[in-house]
Amino acid sequence: MDDFAKTSRRAFLRGSAAVAAGTVAGKAAAQDAPDPLITELQDWATFTGYGVDETPYGLPIKYEDDVVRRNVAWLTASPISSINFTPIHALEGTITPQGCAFERHHSGAIELTKDDYRLMINGLVDRPLVFTYADLERLPRENHVYFCECAANTGMEWAGAQLNGAQFTHGMIHNMEYTGVPLRALLAEAGLDAAGDLSDKWVYVEGADASSNGRSIPMEKALDDVLVAFKANGEALRMEHGYPVRLVVPGWEGNMWVKWLRRIEITDAAVESREETSKYTDVYEDGTARKWTWEMDAKSVVTSPSPQMPITHGTGPLVISGLAWSGHGKITRVDVSIDGGVNWQTARLGKQGDTKALTRFYLDIEWDGSPMFLQSRAIDETGYVQPTKEALREARGENSVYHNNCIQTWYVNEEGVAENVEVS
Amino acid sequence: MSKSLNLFVPALGGTALIVGVAYGVATKNYGVQTIENLEAQLASSQAGAETASANVRAADEEIAQLLAERDALQAAVASGGGLTQPAPASDAPFNLGREALPEEIAAWDVDVLPDGRGLPVGSGDVWTGEEVFVEQCASCHGDFAEGSGNWPVLAGGFGTLADEDPVKTVGSYWPYLSTAFDYINRSMPFGAAGTLSADDTYAIVAYILYSNDMVDDDFVLSNETFFDVEMPNAGGFVLDDRAELEYAHWSAEPCMSDCKDPVEITMRASVVDVTPETEEEASAEHSMAEPEAEMTADAPQEAEVVEAAADPELIEAGQGVFRQCQSCHEIGTGASDRTGPQLNGIIGRTIGGVDGFRYSNVFKDAAEAGDVWTAEALDAYLADPRAAMPGTKMSFRGLRNPEDYAALLAYLQSAGAE
Repeated sequence: MDDFAKTSRRAFLRGSAAVAAGTVAGKAAAQDAPDPLITELQDWATFTGYGVDETPYGLPIKYEDDVVRRNVAWLTASPISSINFTPIHALEGTITPQGCAFERHHSGAIELTKDDYRLMINGLVDRPLVFTYADLERLPRENHVYFCECAANTGMEWAGAQLNGAQFTHGMIHNMEYTGVPLRALLAEAGLDAAGDLSDKWVYVEGADASSNGRSIPMEKALDDVLVAFKANGEALRMEHGYPVRLVVPGWEGNMWVKWLRRIEITDAAVESREETSKYTDVYEDGTARKWTWEMDAKSVVTSPSPQMPITHGTGPLVISGLAWSGHGKITRVDVSIDGGVNWQTARLGKQGDTKALTRFYLDIEWDGSPMFLQSRAIDETGYVQPTKEALREARGENSVYHNNCIQTWYVNEEGVAENVEVS
Repeated sequence: MSKSLNLFVPALGGTALIVGVAYGVATKNYGVQTIENLEAQLASSQAGAETASANVRAADEEIAQLLAERDALQAAVASGGGLTQPAPASDAPFNLGREALPEEIAAWDVDVLPDGRGLPVGSGDVWTGEEVFVEQCASCHGDFAEGSGNWPVLAGGFGTLADEDPVKTVGSYWPYLSTAFDYINRSMPFGAAGTLSADDTYAIVAYILYSNDMVDDDFVLSNETFFDVEMPNAGGFVLDDRAELEYAHWSAEPCMSDCKDPVEITMRASVVDVTPETEEEASAEHSMAEPEAEMTADAPQEAEVVEAAADPELIEAGQGVFRQCQSCHEIGTGASDRTGPQLNGIIGRTIGGVDGFRYSNVFKDAAEAGDVWTAEALDAYLADPRAAMPGTKMSFRGLRNPEDYAALLAYLQSAGAE
């Protein structure tokens, strides 16, 4: 089945027609002859398998080797200052394994040891401090699941349907369980009396890599839910996600989640760094630009079926699976349309939404084999409803690059092949 | 701020509850014992016994109420998005970390704010800036800051912000000059961040301003002249106003049925055809396109001999040295040209010999002459690129440590073996 699915995906991506699976009856077909996989003794049921130390740190089985991050080379000048995409089309549940969670580097991923790690807090504080990694492990810690979405996720789709695959249109996102120290606890160690009135103060953060990727965060957010994290999904952060320490800024654009966090400075103004002026600002039709657009608005996408995940089982029971999230809090509802937004059905949430974390949704249907225009529409706890692409373009034009949270459409034809389209 | 305070309330409340519940249990036991004592002693006062049993009932009710409140609070904490109860707040610090020394703060705190705070004393003129720029920046940003390939354009683009494809440069878009100084000083040049002097940074910024026609060619940028420069798009930004302009309109109960006419496709990604191939597809095509690769059965054996002879530690050290190169050069399977040419099979390769790479003239001349990279030629080039190949576009200044040569060579030969 895996091989077949791969073949069909490849066939589609090459532009070949017809996937044979569409003709297979959906209901359990009668078996003409006994299945040799059952009646014949198989090697794996006879010979012994691998011993326990075969892979001291395990990787996915080889049959899953297509579930990997992928890059769109034409997007950037160099892979050292670039981004790749989480294979969200092939994942289930909500937690993203670190090994296939998207990467975004500005001057490459660096190898920094815990021993060489230093974190400085300076600026308007009572006591400028330097922490070692070991110091951080002695402060009270918390665990939280949060999504991290690049502000440019779906950015290539502003002007039109461009990339064929949920991985490429929506894969600049991951969702992990972080272990870390609340930023407010570290700020309390340094003391904020020197900062006076906190309401107009900022927390400027930067990384230890060559880009340093500095960003300014308003104090109110810093004291709310920002984490200085050193573990993800139960283990150390991966190099590409900022080992040994990164910042977690729940619900806000991924660029602010500074990796290899090395310095926190309390200031009385935003630094207006390159990443918060020339980048991560949104140009509108009249040429003015919106800045400090930190929150990621509610968004969702059907991950399967999707261009990389065609329907290969023919008509009958079909699981429509997708992801929804909001930087403003919990997802409370997701609606799914199979006719391009004419009619909607409320999907089943895989689990009641966590705040600022991915929520899985399902719509279980009987597919009759007729073409579908699959869409999903997320609603969050503020009542915000994910907008159509048309509404977003009307509000902002097509030059925004960032913060495209439009409703996505997959066209699924009679054969189950899916493609990225825009509809009337 | 207010949210963080709210988060702390359940934690403190929870602590109080644990104490409260313990107190309730103790009270209950005490009440029961009191009744037993009263009964055993056949106490005379009926009123006293009734009071005692009322106390027990009151204690039971208190326990039940406290337990219910605890459960409710714990549920509230659990649904607050955290997997743990909030970390305890401390009025007194944990006294972790140590005082940062002034020298340490000076080394790391180099950011520059829009009002000029953080600018070092120094200056640089346009012509010095051009020299430094051509040497340090032009390989990615072009000699005139016009950009190269996918690298950022730094000059021009005035009046394009409302166009279909706005050209966002230091001149046309950036609201603050401090951002340019701050970014170049800290994060540039790509692959050699933090190596520029303050004067060179001022000079580069001056040249970028000149390239944008924002200053004359005799302009000297310094911490004192910094605010003589007007940024054309300083007023081009508004603060996030999505709440008023969007959220208010996009929060109505959405339509569920017969919301619009049946739809038609208006655009398809497959027509644009810019989706990358998957690895399996690429490798399938690769093996179809190059069946001869499988027939050269003796090639892998040669490669093994080379690898067996190489020192793994030296190769690993060389991989570390290669970090100075990798912002511009790729090596290994699938390596392609970037700012610099790919480096597979570099030793023995014709100098300037990668098809399709835009070499500088000195490399074109070498290719025409049929010169070939030897270990010695490469050592000389890496020691002082501009002396060995005058006019090279490579901005790398040369290897600093003598022991790096052998290591880098070993790595290049190992990683780039064909």
